[in-house]
Amino acid sequence: MNTLFREKKANAKKIMFKSIDEYPEAPITLGTTLSNFTGDWRNFMPVVDESKCIKCYICWKFCPEPAIYIKEDGYVAVDYDYCKGCGICANECPTKAISMVREEK
Amino acid sequence: MPKKVISGNYAAAYAAKHARVEVVAAYPITPQTSIIEKIAEFIANGEVENLEYVPVESEHSAMAACIGASAAGARTFTATSAQGLALMHEMLHWAAGARLPVVMVDVNRAMAPPWSVWDDQTDSLAQRDTGWLQFYAENNQEVYDGVLMAFKIGEHEKVNLPVMVIESAFILSHTYDIVDMLEQEEVDEFLPPRKPLYSLTDFDNPFSIGALGTPADYYEFRYKIAKAMEEAKKIIKEVGKEFGEKFGRDYSQMIELYKTEDADIVFMGMGSLMGTVKEAVDIFRSEGYKVGAAKVRWFRPFPREELYELAKSVEGIAVLDRNFSFGQEGILFNEAKGILYNTDANPIMKNYIVGLGGRDLTVNDVRKIASNMKKIIEKGELDKEIDWYHLKR
Repeated sequence: MNTLFREKKANAKKIMFKSIDEYPEAPITLGTTLSNFTGDWRNFMPVVDESKCIKCYICWKFCPEPAIYIKEDGYVAVDYDYCKGCGICANECPTKAISMVREEK
Repeated sequence: MPKKVISGNYAAAYAAKHARVEVVAAYPITPQTSIIEKIAEFIANGEVENLEYVPVESEHSAMAACIGASAAGARTFTATSAQGLALMHEMLHWAAGARLPVVMVDVNRAMAPPWSVWDDQTDSLAQRDTGWLQFYAENNQEVYDGVLMAFKIGEHEKVNLPVMVIESAFILSHTYDIVDMLEQEEVDEFLPPRKPLYSLTDFDNPFSIGALGTPADYYEFRYKIAKAMEEAKKIIKEVGKEFGEKFGRDYSQMIELYKTEDADIVFMGMGSLMGTVKEAVDIFRSEGYKVGAAKVRWFRPFPREELYELAKSVEGIAVLDRNFSFGQEGILFNEAKGILYNTDANPIMKNYIVGLGGRDLTVNDVRKIASNMKKIIEKGELDKEIDWYHLKR
């Protein structure tokens, strides 16, 4: 499922209208999150320490976006294009494997 | 062509039937009720095919259902009045913003309190900034013709905006008059099935409507509506002309001019009261006064150019407003004055507030207004700008 999503994301065209003629008549399909990344709202980014991860997937279940996905090796990773940095994953992680790091922009 | 003696409300219902509407969602409110009663009767008698009536629990829901149906590509119709229209207000913005050509009949009724079911234009004019086109009908015939044209204009590929057809409470809605209706085949030829701009039932091309429009995009979509409104003026004239050529009743003028060619004084107004004014004009003409009437048929988009042409040749315009914007003046007067400000047309304009809450405006009243206007023009100055004409002094 993750691979399919990443493929779609790679193929999604970023909707950017440069002139009034490019706009559709009605406000349709604007704001589709495939092309409209919400990850740049973030101040703190979660960083996963795989040495502490026990693959319980509580972070994966709790992520409201959902921006955490399970890699093929069973560890979790964060999709930073959509992670808003809410910190729920870090708070819920029983082994404190996820830490919130201030993001440099 | 079949002629029938019917009320304005039945004229609206028959027009919706002949336009082959597919979805009707409405909530009963006096004096609109008999429109949907008649449509329910059509369905019960099996006189219509493919018409879905959606029972709703309020006007807000009625408009929401219409928006959904129209977004799915259906030809959609509803009707309401006063307080019901006010309850729809939020959804009216939605229909126009999403470019959905819903057609609605609004039966003009005064806003409460005091509780009133009688004629007054303030309810529909309070919705003037929602992006709906507004057509004011003078008689039952114009209600019928107006609804048919509303579908054609609203669904036009260059317009795609909702249209309100407005009739007077009781004066039209419940008064029986001869309506020259069209044969179904004639209507089918004039009004082919709707070709939606986009459709939610197009499952191969999914999309979302009206998702977040950030400051980077919102502005452009407003401009698109403004442009479509300007474009609508051309379409209205075209469709009105086509209607005239096919069926003999011409609607190519957005302001209907009645004996204004050589007139010094022109009475301007909207809706059913202009029938009385036209009759008064005939009487004054026979007495040798040079008066005329200008009935504003389309209030949105406003026919700026036509008003300017009219104002160039007359000395005085008496604007009869069956509405009032508290803290300012009559709404039509306000609009008309504003349009002429940057032009070289400079007629004396006076605002008469008449007929609020269903009070009658008689030919004799128009006579008094005419003699008052005549005095003002001879003097060359206004006695007062806004005249609450019926006030018990």
